[in-house]
Amino acid sequence: MNPRIWLTCATLVWLLVAPSAMAGDSAPIEITLKDHKFLPAEIHVKANVPSEITLTNADTTAEEFDSSALKIEKVVAGGAKGIVRLRPLAPGRYPFMGEYHSETAQGVVIAE
Amino acid sequence: MLASLLIVFREVIEAGLIVGIVLAATKGVAGRAIWVGYGIAGGVAGAGLVAAFAGRIAASFQGSGQEVFDASILLLAVLMLTWHNVWMAGHGRAMARDMKQVGAQVAAGERPMAALAVVVGVAVLREGSEVVLFLYGIASQGGATTTGMLAGGAAGLAAGAATSALIYFGLLAIPAGRLFSVTSGLITLLAAGMAAQAILFIQQGGYFEYLTRTVWDTSRVLSQDSIIGRMLHTLVGYSDAPNGAQLLAYAATVLTIVALTRLERRRPHSGAVSRPA
Repeated sequence: MNPRIWLTCATLVWLLVAPSAMAGDSAPIEITLKDHKFLPAEIHVKANVPSEITLTNADTTAEEFDSSALKIEKVVAGGAKGIVRLRPLAPGRYPFMGEYHSETAQGVVIAE
Repeated sequence: MLASLLIVFREVIEAGLIVGIVLAATKGVAGRAIWVGYGIAGGVAGAGLVAAFAGRIAASFQGSGQEVFDASILLLAVLMLTWHNVWMAGHGRAMARDMKQVGAQVAAGERPMAALAVVVGVAVLREGSEVVLFLYGIASQGGATTTGMLAGGAAGLAAGAATSALIYFGLLAIPAGRLFSVTSGLITLLAAGMAAQAILFIQQGGYFEYLTRTVWDTSRVLSQDSIIGRMLHTLVGYSDAPNGAQLLAYAATVLTIVALTRLERRRPHSGAVSRPA
């Protein structure tokens, strides 16, 4: 490969790494799942920085926190807790659901 | 009932696509049905175990057990797919030539079958454990809807299996001479997609929080939620909003498999398979 291609690759990698490396953690967010409903069902996070949700499943059955917008599939067993890590998000609305009870288990992450 | 049909259908089709590719890639290999059967049976048994111990798995690794587990079995599948393609690069051409006179090469075809059985097992285990958890949740709630939901699940299983069979027969329509290069290409992309998925799980587990930024977003063009988006996700690792680490993992896997298969093709092989081209 010629040096110019290397330089381009190196720049691209730096551009990709730099923003996530500079980002700080924001305050932890707690969600409880009870009777197959998320509480709170609407969560606000800072845009462009990673954040963390602690999901407590107060139901007796397992649930899968599922969001194609957030690119997350996380199973949380009944009566257990799970950590859901959100990537740095561009401002916008990111719906999520409990895949096993999607009629009631619906929520949204709002990055702003 | 419709909800459970859809969920089971979705999971079955994801595992079924992989089974379909494996079956097409091993056309003419003696005993392949048995190996794929082992893979499915092992996957189903594993799915039950994973579902039963979901809580304990999740609680390990400081709460990142599920992510570590998912990433590990995906990377195992990537290794097995790589092994298969490299092996095929050494033996495949001769195998395609000798398809009519089934002989030693085909018997030797059992070697990558063990690897592919593992891949089938991993696919069934991953999707199956979600189905088991879902259906168990329904069954444990009891009530009048349970029967309907379980019937929906059974219908979803049947529909998923039928769709997978369609994929398999579609692949078989490819002329035999070309089938192996097509399936090898598909397996390369399948492996790359799994590697990208594994990286996502590693990041979810909090172990590699670099390059997490979304590089592009094509969710408006083709959502990963749509059936086509999901199928492409399974087949070639389509993601409507990939992050940098996923793209790197994808590219690195493709490059590694291509490089290894080229090396293997150049290496002289002993025995019946080496013939002047």
